[in-house]
Amino acid sequence: MDWFDSWGVTLAVFLPAAGMVVVLAIPKAQERALKLTTLATTLATLAVGVGMLARFDYDRTGALQFQVNKSWIDVIHSRYHMGVDGISLPLLLMTMLITVGCVIYTWDHFPDPRTPKAFLALILLLETGMNGTFCAEDLILFFIFFELVLLPMFFMIGVWGGPNREYASIKFFLFTLFGSALMLLSFLALFFLSDPQTFDIPRLAAQGGVGIVASTQNLIFVGMFLGFAIKVPMFPFHTWLPDAHTEAPTVGSVLLAAVLLKLGSYGFIRIALPILPQAAHDWAPWIGLLAVIGIIYGALCCLAQRDMKRLIAFSSVAHMGFIMLGIATLTNFGINAAIFGMVAHGLITGMLFFLAGSVQERYETREISRLGGLLDQAPRLGWILGFCAMASLGLPGLAGFWGEFPAMLSAYNPAAGISQVTFRVYLVVAAIGTVLAAGYLLWMFQRVAFGKVKTEFAHAHVHDVHWPEWIAWTPLLIGIVVLGIYPNLIFRITDGAVTNLAHGMARAIG
Amino acid sequence: MNPVFDYHALAPEIILTATIVVVLVADFFFRDRERFQTSRLATIGVLAALVPILTLAADGTTRTMFGGAYVVDDYALALKGFFLLVAYITLLVSVDYIGEGDYYQGEYYFLLLSSVLGMVVMASARDLITIFVALELISVPTYVLAGWRKHDTKSNEAAIKYYLFGVLSSAVMLYGMSFIFGLSGSTLLSKIGAYASRPDLPPLFAVAIFLTLVGFAFKISAVPFHFWAPDTYEGAPTPVTAFLSVASKAGGFVAILSLIYFGFFGTQQAWQPVLWALAAASMTLGNLTALRQTNIVRMLAYSSIAQGGFILAPLAVAADGHAARSAFEAVVIYLLIYGAMNLGAFAVVIAVARRTRSGEISSYSGLGQTAPVLALLMSAFLFALAGIPPLAGWFAKFVMFRAIFDAGTPSAYTLGVVAAVNSVIALFYYAGVARRMWFRDPSESGVETVPARTPPALGIALGLSAAVVVVIGIYPQLFARIGEVAFPG
Repeated sequence: MDWFDSWGVTLAVFLPAAGMVVVLAIPKAQERALKLTTLATTLATLAVGVGMLARFDYDRTGALQFQVNKSWIDVIHSRYHMGVDGISLPLLLMTMLITVGCVIYTWDHFPDPRTPKAFLALILLLETGMNGTFCAEDLILFFIFFELVLLPMFFMIGVWGGPNREYASIKFFLFTLFGSALMLLSFLALFFLSDPQTFDIPRLAAQGGVGIVASTQNLIFVGMFLGFAIKVPMFPFHTWLPDAHTEAPTVGSVLLAAVLLKLGSYGFIRIALPILPQAAHDWAPWIGLLAVIGIIYGALCCLAQRDMKRLIAFSSVAHMGFIMLGIATLTNFGINAAIFGMVAHGLITGMLFFLAGSVQERYETREISRLGGLLDQAPRLGWILGFCAMASLGLPGLAGFWGEFPAMLSAYNPAAGISQVTFRVYLVVAAIGTVLAAGYLLWMFQRVAFGKVKTEFAHAHVHDVHWPEWIAWTPLLIGIVVLGIYPNLIFRITDGAVTNLAHGMARAIG
Repeated sequence: MNPVFDYHALAPEIILTATIVVVLVADFFFRDRERFQTSRLATIGVLAALVPILTLAADGTTRTMFGGAYVVDDYALALKGFFLLVAYITLLVSVDYIGEGDYYQGEYYFLLLSSVLGMVVMASARDLITIFVALELISVPTYVLAGWRKHDTKSNEAAIKYYLFGVLSSAVMLYGMSFIFGLSGSTLLSKIGAYASRPDLPPLFAVAIFLTLVGFAFKISAVPFHFWAPDTYEGAPTPVTAFLSVASKAGGFVAILSLIYFGFFGTQQAWQPVLWALAAASMTLGNLTALRQTNIVRMLAYSSIAQGGFILAPLAVAADGHAARSAFEAVVIYLLIYGAMNLGAFAVVIAVARRTRSGEISSYSGLGQTAPVLALLMSAFLFALAGIPPLAGWFAKFVMFRAIFDAGTPSAYTLGVVAAVNSVIALFYYAGVARRMWFRDPSESGVETVPARTPPALGIALGLSAAVVVVIGIYPQLFARIGEVAFPG
């Protein structure tokens, strides 16, 4: 199995790209072949992921495993350095799982215009970008993969999106590009200020910003912060998100919410914190502030939404706020919670967007006020919606709880040197946010699922959950329950890596 | 002094000259139907000229001739190879366009190859007079080529404008060069270089450098000397436009590169501010004007002005910090990548115009449905120009930013911010075309589409450009290595 240790990561990242090439070569009339190829590719990728899970050494989760370090662009000292550790493994697996779900979900309801070939090719390209971002250990490589997701998502929103898709797609593209342009400048600055000069993430983390003047560190951190914060998105950089989510086709929304947003928060954990610990320390209260503003602002916006998808989109702003609050504490506990929150949010919000898509498909509207009585017409769909709403509001026993609750707890005791009072205030504000979350989610569920069916849909024939939906959703639903009952499944993977990170930061700050 | 001819070193030029003569003469002997054969002769000549470049590169020694006025080193070879490949792609793009129109064929290839010869000479020129001769050899044939569609008033306008601006800029440049010669006592760049690093230079020298650079700024259509470019690009036959926007522009950049690195390097205070202003203005105004264009060729014209600004940016900080090497590499790498991206985009424009007979951006609506492959290629070239990974353009932008960081001065960082903001602005109009192609319905195009197959030659040109854009985007080391080797210092 030695070959797997050295080729596993490369396979996980480039299998989808290879599958895309095959898909492009298949004539578009052969829809079945197209779907089967895509499904086989994503399943094979998932199998690689499961193989990695099996071969992973759980005693050394802090160390990079399945490492590849080959020359790539020698002239700029950038290398093909990939690997997986306890921080990236759960996210990588979640991505693979959700992608398979997306392919199955679209099996026989492709969004209009019905061009499965292009749509499936884009999903595969997107998966290469997402998996690559979680595995990259070189700043330039990370940048390439981070940007690689832009084009497929731009086209996915723009071609298959809702009525306002052109505006939403270009807004998404411009916002993210603006952030990543500044991020690239920060990466370059890091390269020139590191000694010896390198783009290698572990080596930069080992240097921990030593020898860089504090003011310069802060400036570089701001550049990276903008790149990642726009992607997360944190208040006030979130305005692209509701538009993009609302207009995107169901699968686009799912991938956007479940994975793309995590690229931003993952960037903080993988790059910003370990490489510039001092600057992270200085900026932590501000990041925490934006995070809690996001929690409250997102929740209030949710209460004002009439469109199901838009509501879930704003709830993402709020949930990502909890994740960023956990990160901002800079503690072992908080960052572990954040990673758990990322996985949980991926599963739960992914499910919610699937459900919103299914509701829209059946009623041809997502307007909450026109819906009602879902439990009468499609009880299984209704109960799954209820279940996911509960999970999303953080009901103990389901996955959402373990993302939010420890993140808030960690705010009680932030890392040494960060104002306790400030973070305890944030804790209180975030707690109000959970109450609001319960409010808007339950209210949404109540209006959509309870009561009588509205007259306009009274005689409509509404299908309950289809078989592709069952197949796509079951693993996610199981994941939500299992992780909720036994959160240690993830904490045990992440903890070693996060402890390393927290120690490294503490050492660098001294 | 008896000049020594190194026939190996001059082989590319000799082969090209022979081809030019053969093409011109052969045209007399072909009957009308066989005229297209001239294009084959030209193509064979260009490819044959690449052979000695490879043997010279394998040989690796620097060959100096004519008292240092003509040098064949790795830098010259890299760019000669680039110019010949660009010429090859231009020929591929031209064949059907010229063959199907009611044009003279033999003369077209004669003029095109003469211009290419000028570029090949330019790469080796290390002397003011040689540079000037090379530049005129590049420019004069293109004045005629721009007016090739002689029954079309737009083409006539294109040629006249281009000619007048070209002559004016040559005059300004020569005026500057005459001062340089008068002050330094030599036309050799190496001697001028020695003079330029003296501490007590007369202010007139700065004026001379300024005038010379202004002359070249016309040639590379840098703002504010760009006014001829959009009209000329729009009016000229599209293959000629592609050639102008890539090859002849690159010729100007190579001249500036040689002048600065071999001549003016010591007097940075004289040329850095000029180039800084040209770079910042070209990027910003080029992009902002491109946003408003409705014609695809005009949009690409303004985009190439903006791209010119990006290429100038590293030069504008080249003498600061330790940027000398990375700035040089950045210009060379950017030129190579820009060549592939822009030629590819123009090749698509030609292919699409065969179907729609239109150059309006609106006519691209729904191209994703009517011609998915062309739309896919066009999207790749446009997003490459915008610098979106994993397409080659990102690496061009990257090396530019690297040079700016190597310089590390406040003025360099300011230019870096200008460049960063501009690359975001640029995305808007590049993505705008992509939006039309994929998000709109063909019914919005407002043109009748005639079914037209893309001819094989054009297909090869498209395939080559696309291959470069994708392969270099994923594995930039190939071009990065060329840039590294080319650095003469």
